[in-house]
Amino acid sequence: MELLIFYPIAGLCIALALGVIFNTSPVGSAMCLIGMMLGLAGIFVLLQAHFVAILQIIIYAGAIMVLFMFVIMLLNLKEAASADWVTRSNNLFISIMTGVLAIGILYKIVDVIFIDKLDSPATLPDSFGTVATIGEALFTDFVLPFEVASLLLLAAMIGAVVLAKPKLD
Amino acid sequence: MWVDLAITFVKILFVLAITVGFFAPVLTWVERKQSAIMQDRIGANRADILGFTVLGLFHIIADALKMFTKEDFIPQGANKILHTISPIIAVVPALLTFAVVPFGGQYTLFGKEVNLVISDLDVGLLFVFAIASLATYGYVIAGWSSNNNWSLLGSMRTASQMISYEVTMGLTIVGVLMVYGSMKLTTIGAIQEDFFRWGLFLQPLGFVMFLAASIAENKRIPFDNPEAESEIVAGYFTEYSGLKFGMFFMAEFIEMVTIGAIMTILFFGAWHIPFLSTATLIGWFDFLGTTGSNLLVMLIQVGVFFAKVIFFIWLQMTIRWTLPRFRYDQIMKLGWKILLPLSLANILITGIVILVLN
Repeated sequence: MELLIFYPIAGLCIALALGVIFNTSPVGSAMCLIGMMLGLAGIFVLLQAHFVAILQIIIYAGAIMVLFMFVIMLLNLKEAASADWVTRSNNLFISIMTGVLAIGILYKIVDVIFIDKLDSPATLPDSFGTVATIGEALFTDFVLPFEVASLLLLAAMIGAVVLAKPKLD
Repeated sequence: MWVDLAITFVKILFVLAITVGFFAPVLTWVERKQSAIMQDRIGANRADILGFTVLGLFHIIADALKMFTKEDFIPQGANKILHTISPIIAVVPALLTFAVVPFGGQYTLFGKEVNLVISDLDVGLLFVFAIASLATYGYVIAGWSSNNNWSLLGSMRTASQMISYEVTMGLTIVGVLMVYGSMKLTTIGAIQEDFFRWGLFLQPLGFVMFLAASIAENKRIPFDNPEAESEIVAGYFTEYSGLKFGMFFMAEFIEMVTIGAIMTILFFGAWHIPFLSTATLIGWFDFLGTTGSNLLVMLIQVGVFFAKVIFFIWLQMTIRWTLPRFRYDQIMKLGWKILLPLSLANILITGIVILVLN
């Protein structure tokens, strides 16, 4: 039953992810990316992680991508000229490095797939994935990483403000 | 299994009927009448069938006919696909929100517990917030794909305005969550059976800020910069005609209903009558049997809920016809320099009060 829902969503995600790469217009790419994020949210729901799914929509699809669209429209980016594609291939070293990294990640994914069977999970406790459980975990077991991450975000925010301001007063 | 499916199906049909079938068309008429009353005019009263005008209610039919028969125009150089789907992207989130909105409590009908909400999600309030933020794309894409500078300006304003006020809205909701300790909209509604625990009394500042932020999210006057007629023609929907134009309007009216429903649940006691608990009401009609009394109380409470929603719609309409439009920089200033610090202060004060009371 779960596989019946999983495969269409996963297929859609992969198709949209390819759409992000092959689309020549920046807005088209951005739309595909939004669609893919919604698909990922669907997969999170399938894994009983409702809270994570909703956060995926709010943060990535709802906030970050709106900013992306805003910037794309503000700069009024046109379709990528075909000449740009030729110049990319010159950088052989970076191409090989990214290729090696990608193969490494793919190997790991295949490895995981063969270890864990894509079957319905064992019975989960009722509180699994609820807001209360996740909140409790964040503020007890994972409080240090949580606070460090928030500090990092604050630093990034202040950095962005400093960079954007032409003159500090 | 089949009974549950059937009940869910009925609930979905009811929600669709009341939003698309009742509120969206009737509100076009209410908006005209409201403006006419406030401006000392007679208002919509010309459309008639065989001489009957019925207070101008036939204008709804005339509007629908006009929209269906108008030419569907796509401007030259526009992105056809995006231009066509953007009104749909605008309408769908407005409707989808109602999936988690409870329009009544829990009743025992024919020996079965019926919960008057389509999907009682654990993250209900966040779901509303997430779906509402997706509506932005409909408006942004509409302006961009029209290949028109006025439209593009309108969608830029939409994007910046919606991002700014989403922040305030999210932080206001945090205050409500702290008070009620749950994100389930049914739980928040059930807690407000006690009149003195209505969100209006527990979060008065949150109530005002949520109202302001949600009107800004819906882009209605005084926050209607994205479609400011005197500056940028009609903003993001300048190049839209016929039914696609109608869909943008439908989205706006349905969003008004959504705002009314969410405000009723969070701040205005949901489906409860003050000082009258559900148990008391069922006790009054005990002579009708379990199913009979439950059914009657259900009808009363659904009626109360929608009466409150209608009150909030009236409030939004009155605000719309009372205030002038803010300037763009005023909107940004209000969002970032007044509402954002206030909502943070609201969270701080709420936290302190909860800490002291415990």
